[in-house]
This record gives sequence, C-alpha cells and structure tokens, in this order.
Amino acid sequence: MRVMAQIAMVMNLDKCIGCHTCSVTCKQAWTNRRGMEYVWFNNVETRPGQGYPRRYEDQERWRGGWELNRRGALKLKAGGRLRKLAGIFSNPRLPEIKDYYEPWTYDYKNLTDAPLGTDYPVARPVSQLDGKPMKIEWSANWDDNLGGMPAYGDLDPMVERTRRQAAEKVRFAYEQTFMFYLPRICEHCLNPSCVASCPSGALYKRTEDGVVLVDQDRCRGWRMCVTGCPYKKVYFNHRTGKAEKCTFCFPRIEVGMPTICSETCVGRLRYLGVVLYDADRVAAAASVPDERRLYEAQLGVFLDPHDPAVGRAAAEAGIAHDWLEAARRSPVHALVSRYRVALPLHPEYRTMPMVWYIPPLSPVVDALTETGHDGEDAHNLFGAIDTLRIPLEYLAELFTAGDTGPVRASLEKLAAMRSHMRAVNLGEEPDPAAAAAVGMRPEEIEEMYRLLAIAKYEERYVIPTAAVGDARRLEESALPDVCSLDHDGGPGMGGDGPFGRDSGRRRLPLVPVENFHILRRRQTADDEREV
Amino acid sequence: MTVFLWGVLPYAAFVLLVAGLVWRHRYDRFGWTTRSSQVYESKLLNIASPVFHYGILFVLVGHLIGLFVPESWTNALGLGEHAYHLLSLYSGTAAGALAVAGIAMLIYRRRTNAPVFRATTANDKLMYAVLLASIVLGMVAKLAHTSGNGYDYRHTIAPWSRSLFTLRPDTALMAGVPVLYQVHAVVGMVLIALVPYTRLVHMFSAPVQYLVRPYVVYRSRDPRRLGPRPDRPGWERAGL
Repeated sequence: MRVMAQIAMVMNLDKCIGCHTCSVTCKQAWTNRRGMEYVWFNNVETRPGQGYPRRYEDQERWRGGWELNRRGALKLKAGGRLRKLAGIFSNPRLPEIKDYYEPWTYDYKNLTDAPLGTDYPVARPVSQLDGKPMKIEWSANWDDNLGGMPAYGDLDPMVERTRRQAAEKVRFAYEQTFMFYLPRICEHCLNPSCVASCPSGALYKRTEDGVVLVDQDRCRGWRMCVTGCPYKKVYFNHRTGKAEKCTFCFPRIEVGMPTICSETCVGRLRYLGVVLYDADRVAAAASVPDERRLYEAQLGVFLDPHDPAVGRAAAEAGIAHDWLEAARRSPVHALVSRYRVALPLHPEYRTMPMVWYIPPLSPVVDALTETGHDGEDAHNLFGAIDTLRIPLEYLAELFTAGDTGPVRASLEKLAAMRSHMRAVNLGEEPDPAAAAAVGMRPEEIEEMYRLLAIAKYEERYVIPTAAVGDARRLEESALPDVCSLDHDGGPGMGGDGPFGRDSGRRRLPLVPVENFHILRRRQTADDEREV
Repeated sequence: MTVFLWGVLPYAAFVLLVAGLVWRHRYDRFGWTTRSSQVYESKLLNIASPVFHYGILFVLVGHLIGLFVPESWTNALGLGEHAYHLLSLYSGTAAGALAVAGIAMLIYRRRTNAPVFRATTANDKLMYAVLLASIVLGMVAKLAHTSGNGYDYRHTIAPWSRSLFTLRPDTALMAGVPVLYQVHAVVGMVLIALVPYTRLVHMFSAPVQYLVRPYVVYRSRDPRRLGPRPDRPGWERAGL
C-alpha cells in the first residue's frame, strides 16, 4: 500500500442554476490575458449540448484518454511513445481555436469616433485572432439553456450513445426535452493522460495534493497534452506557445482557501476535501476490461481514513497528521465513498477523474404531484426515477459509462432523503423503510441531508494547508513591510550605522527591491533626496 | 577575406550558437518553445510541417555524411566515386525537394492565413529569409553541378570542415570552391548562429527522454519553501 493524498471536488448538480459565476470569476483570476481569450478553465455546459470545445466527448475523433491494448494494458488512445515522437511535427488530433470559438472584441472606438451621420454608430465585432471584422457564429456557451437544440441537439455525442438504447427518451421538442447544467474544471486525474502525453515532461502531478500542473519553463509547446486530455481541459496559449490548464487555484488551496470557482459558487454546490488513495492500485483499477466496472474499480482505490492501518501507512508515507485529520472530515470522502451519491465524469476515459458529480434529481416532486400522487412519498419517488424527465440512460452515459445502476442508486438515495426529511419537518414519524430501501440508516440520511443542504463554509471546504510556514509568509507579504513604530523620532528608531543604512544591524527587506545602482547611489550620494 | 569567411566565421557562428543556447537556457526558458500556430490553422500544417521537418532532417543527415565521412571510408565500403555521386545527387535532391516543398507550403500558409501572419514577428521573418535562402542556395548549388561526377566537395569543403575541429582551419581549401557553394556555406553559418536567438531553438529540445521516462510524472514542492507544521496534539512521544 502506497498512500497518497489528493484534494478532490464534488459538485451537486441538483443545485446548479447555470449562473456561470464560477466561470466568470475563474476567467478573471486566471485567463483574462492575451493568448488565452478563448480559454475557460471552468465552464458550465448545458446538457444535452455539444460542450466546449464542440463535441469534445467524441474520442474517436479527438483520441483523448486511455484505452486497453490487445494484452489488456493501458495505452494512450492517441498513440504510444514512438508514434508521438514520429508525429511530433504536427498534431493531427489537435482542436483548432475555432473548435472552441473564435475570440472577439468590439470596435468600441467607433462609438465615439464615428463621423457625424444619419445612422447611429455601432461597435462591430472584431476578431482577436486576425483583427478583422467578423461574424459571431459560436462561443463557449452558444447552446446555453438548450439554445438551438432542434438544430444542434443531435450533435451531442452522449445523445448519440443514449439513443442507441433509449431512443424514445431523448427528444428536443418543446415541453418534451430535458436539461441540466454541468460545470467542468480540470479533473486532476489519478491517472492523467495529459501528463503521460507530454513529451517534455513539463506536466506533472504534485505528490502532496495531487494537483496537475504545467511547468511553464519546461513546456516546449508540442501540444500533445491538449489531445491527450479527453476532457479537453488543457489549453494552448497561442501567444506564449505553451500549454496552460486549471491549477486547482493551488496558491489558495495551499493556504487552506477553496478554489475561486468554489468560493464564488452561488448555489454553494461545490465541496472540497482530501481523499486518500492507494497509488499501487491505480494502474490495475484503470485497466479493468469492462468499462462499466470502472466506477466500482475507482472506488476501490480510495482508502478509508478512519481505518487505523491506513492511518499508519499514511504516516509512513509522510502524509502530515493534519492532512489525515482533514481526510477524516472530508466531505468529498463522505459523498463519494460513504454515501456513494457522487459519481465520476466519464470513467470510461480511464484517467480516474477526481472531480465527481451528484446527479440531478429532476423536478420530480412537482411532476408527480401534478399527476395526483403524493410527490414526496418514497415509493412514488422510487417508481418515478425510471421515468424521470432527465433520462437515467443519459446520466449513465456521462457518469458510469452507460451503467444505469449506480445512477439510479444515487438518485434513490436523494429521493429517500427528501421523503425522510419531509416527515421530520412535518413532525411525522419517518418511515424507516424509505431509508432501509436505499441501505442507509435514518441517522445517516440526516447526516447526508446536513452535508447536502445546510453545510457551512468549513464543512464544505475542508482543506489542510500545504505548510504553516507558507501561510505565515503570505500573511506577512500582505502587511506593510515596515514596523508601525518606524517613523522619524519614533521609539524604534536607533539611527543608521556608521557607514549608511546598509551597515551594522541588517534589516532584511521582505521583498528585496534593490539593485546595484540604487545601492551605489544611496551609499555615495550626499543628499538623501538625490537617492 | 578567405581567412575571415573560412577561418573566423565558422568559429564566430559556433560561439554565438553555444553562448546563445546557454543564455537562452538561463534567462529565457519560458520563451523556449516551438510557438506553434497549429491552433489557427491545422489542415495545411498537418501536411506541410511533417514534409518540411522530415525533409530537413534527411538534409541534415546528408550534410553530416558528406562533410564528416572521409572518402576513404566510403571507398572501403566499396562505394566508388561515381556511385557516391549518384547516391548523393538522388537522395540529396529528394530530401532537398521535400524540404523545399514543405517550407514553400509553410511560408504560403504563413502569408495567406491572417491569424498566422499576425502572429509572425520580425524575428520570424528574418529567420525564414535566412532559412529559405540556405535551403534554396543549397539546392541550386547541388543542381548546378550535376554533369559527370558533379562537384567533388569531398576534396575541398569536407576536409576544410573537418579541419575546423583541429582549430587549424585549412582556409586555402575553400579558395577554389564554386561561388554557389561558398554562398551556401556562408548563409548556412549565419543560420547556425541565428538558431538560439530565433524559434529554431526548439530543435534543441527534441524530447527523446520521453521514450524512457515513466508515463505519469510526479513532483514534490520545494521543501525549502515549506515551514514547520504544528505539533501533533496529544501526549509527548516518549524515548529517543
């Protein structure tokens, strides 16, 4: 057993209202630079929909992730090492910017500079790639809220797959269709295919917290990672010629703060926490032959932090005790392994993603009530899950490689929770059968309810710091770098040394803003003002 | 002039190459990239770039054989003068044609595709001019001397290039070389000097280590940046 720690995320899709606040704050924090105009480390897709970049889930075209070779061993879908090096002079599977969208700005200057005329001046859209006027035809979120679904809906690769089993359930006609939102960031996979694809070795997974990062000094712009990532969450900065990706806001995580997308989430649907896993088991779990067993296999990689043997192994592996304690309180561990309501996104890519999703329970209660049934009765709810507005088969294509079992189990737990909590809130005696039907005890249901419905900031984000020393240093850099008593004639002023300020007692500046010329001027000038 | 061109310029180019690489590695690792424009346009690039790169690699191999394999070695292999000339002519022309076709397509693409052209810097333009000049001049020099056994550079240019390594360059050998070959050699040396200062520097990051490294790379944070952790709550540890 080789214990490693990973900071992971769970998103509760039931609560996502598609407001895009996470995308906007992430963009402001990380990608509001030239060369990254088209990049959204966090984006919110409406499903069904083509996603961003368009049809990124069509791996027969983009060749992302892993597959099994004839001997059953893992192999990059885009080709092995020799093939990568032989084809390094171009990457035929690289999405162009236009597969994401062509970034644009507006000719705002025209609004003030246009000559006097009879028409109102307008700000025309201008391409940020070639600086010419352009027609806006696509963007990161063109099919938001099913926009253009009758025309584009069939292009969703998951719709194509769902139709093979349940054609009658996927319709795009008005009042027959369904939708939900899917916020996506980098998955910070346990078996990252982007890292494996990088010829330069610039992409790496951090041993301490599992964050996958790009070393900008080592990246040489071969672009294999963009192809390698099946989620298309590694981007090519077309100005610097380097790959960039979601950093899991590591400067914030390191000091115990949640990522920007989590911090600003209006629906408070994101959870961050530590999971412990056995690194020795990752390869075996990722190469399970049956795609539908991959979800279970990935659960088998996680370790129970309450197990004393795991605790000892973690200590031996150098995992700090505050991390172990955080893993025990981790909301991610609870939702993924204890309650098993969260599911991975596309486990069939065999990358072992570490951002998991609680599937959305459609507006099922209202729908049931309209048909004259008690919409919150557990038995009615269980029966309705197979006929939900959002087809189980579609959710299963996203989260379990097409196996509806785990999705139904998760939704049944959510349904049982609703039924149980209604009884509690109305002062009735909760029917223990509802909880028992999903294999949970009433107390567990109530704990899960607390975590899903009212968990406070500290319960949703259980993030141990990287090291206390770092936190202190960051704290210091936010303070003024002089003592508050350090003014003329103040109590702290002992005067300078005999040979100017740089002699005698040394005061190290926190930020050394000093160069040779400033130093020389200060030591040789007669008048202080000259310095 | 002979001494300058054939005794000084090669060393100047070499010094500029090495110094430039060291400087770039120390101060501009961030700028060390292929600066690919494939995200703007990939259809033509998918054809043109492999054609050019494979062509230019064969050309490089041809130069290495032509310059640094002495005639006595190929004779020992039983390769006569005429056979060698034909081999050099046909394979060299094939490789050169690939490189010329590739770079022609690449320059066409760079000029006609608006986003690609906008991403082209003055540095790139200079690099393209020198690169194109050296390739075309090389082809012209080769094809202008095809009669009989062609120009026998293995008695002039090749010994001169090998004499550079002894630090006693035999500049006299180059005096009688045809002008086309001389110009090609000079432009080639300028190109070598330019490599570290242009995007051509990416040739020195050929990722051969990818063949042997494990797929997933793990890295730890710099331990010097970490501070102490709080003591574990509980009883003090006994002993030791």
